[in-house]
Amino acid sequence: MSDPRPTASARFSPLHDVHVAAGASFTDFAGWQMPVRYSSDLAEHRAVRTAAGLFDLSHMAEVSVTGPDAGAFLDYALAGKLSAIAVLQAKYSLLLNERGGVIDDLVVYRTGEHEFLVVANAGNRDAAVQALTERATAFEAVTVEDISDRVALIAVQGPASRAILEATEGLETTDPLSSVRYYRTTGATFGGGTVLIARTGYTGEDGFELYVDAPDAAALWAALAAAGQDHGLIPAGLAARDTLRLEAGMPLYGHELGPDTFPAQAGLGGVVALGKESDFIGRHASEHGPDPVARRLVGLSAEGRRAGREGYPVYASADAEAVFDALEGMVEPAGVITSGALSPTLGHPIAMAYVDPSLAAVGTRLFVDVRGTRIPATVVALPFYRRAAV
Amino acid sequence: MTDQDNLKYTAEHEWVSIDGDIATVGITAYAADKLGDVVYIDLPAVGAELSGGTVVGEIESTKSVGELFAPIDGTVTEVNDSVVDAPDLVNSEPFGAGWLLRVRFTNLPELLSAAQYRELVGE
Repeated sequence: MSDPRPTASARFSPLHDVHVAAGASFTDFAGWQMPVRYSSDLAEHRAVRTAAGLFDLSHMAEVSVTGPDAGAFLDYALAGKLSAIAVLQAKYSLLLNERGGVIDDLVVYRTGEHEFLVVANAGNRDAAVQALTERATAFEAVTVEDISDRVALIAVQGPASRAILEATEGLETTDPLSSVRYYRTTGATFGGGTVLIARTGYTGEDGFELYVDAPDAAALWAALAAAGQDHGLIPAGLAARDTLRLEAGMPLYGHELGPDTFPAQAGLGGVVALGKESDFIGRHASEHGPDPVARRLVGLSAEGRRAGREGYPVYASADAEAVFDALEGMVEPAGVITSGALSPTLGHPIAMAYVDPSLAAVGTRLFVDVRGTRIPATVVALPFYRRAAV
Repeated sequence: MTDQDNLKYTAEHEWVSIDGDIATVGITAYAADKLGDVVYIDLPAVGAELSGGTVVGEIESTKSVGELFAPIDGTVTEVNDSVVDAPDLVNSEPFGAGWLLRVRFTNLPELLSAAQYRELVGE
């Protein structure tokens, strides 16, 4: 068993002392020491599905993009048409390379007519900032600034989220939260500072993400935790976050997305706005798209309790020997799992995998090699879990 | 609850309780905590011959797969069916109801003392 200890260069969240006091176990995530769990992964996962969970996501990277050219610049730098979103609106987007592959997946918030906040993965902070900065040189009136070190991010996720935020002492929102729809935002104040509250998340539940000045993060965390006591809110770590997003069929960079993956392979072709008039980095490659035989991302569902996990090969046949004998040679896997776990909500193994397109149809029977044993699995539509309509 | 000071330990985070020629084997609270919530356990069958230091089972959590190493040479005399049915016993009572195997051994190798194990895990 591995036992990662923090290295001398480890980064710590502004909420680190709060997590230590709460008895969290920590894990290295992209060089950050972040809570992997406080008590139990499963209890934290279930709290988000049934009540609410409180997450520290301060490792995420925030990039401010401002200026009269900000919208046009983002249309050029990213795959989506960000100039078209309204003030206070959010949009999921992709930062592509020239080959049409993914440098990072992002959420972009329009905070003003000429102001955007781009939120990148912690592990891609440098790559995203570098790409955005380079692409900005083609524009006169835009400023790209990495503000990650000044910004903390706290998420409240789960069906009780809104009631908890509404009950939070000292948190005053500009718009009532009942009027803030999914992928919309509102301004807010807490203490003397400002907070951006977005109805976004990465769990498949209703929920909010709160961007706050780092020095105010501990007080906001405490106020949210206090308000959540009557609503079943518990702090939740990255282990629960990973199983929640997997059930929700949401891709994670480095697993389902990477520099050699076309968005279309991951089912994200619609995020690439080929219809926009302006050029953008990766457009030419995206127009030609992935090779027809390139693997496609699918959901896999299995019975029992043994989960296929990242890196496990997927085969079209149950019987390794028979196929081997028939072909008198090595049989290549038909795919590979990128994320997998025993689903806490569904009670059976689920996985996302890249498989050959001929095997990607829903209902196809496949076999996951779980450390030498071939476990049957069925291709299913994503997501695995969808919350009941409100 | 077993007295943890009187147990023997391995560097692979197993504990061993010796009673005559029978060793009861489990994983430590430290290991259970590092794994997270245990959701699946695969153990060798009764009668299986174990070779010390080899992988004889698997302990899966939501996050990862841990391997169970045989701490000693011997024959499996009993497996804990309760823990197979309710793997979370490994988290809730790693030194008690969460035991995994009983093994009849002929030769007891050098194992870690409680103090040596605590030093190993830095506690």
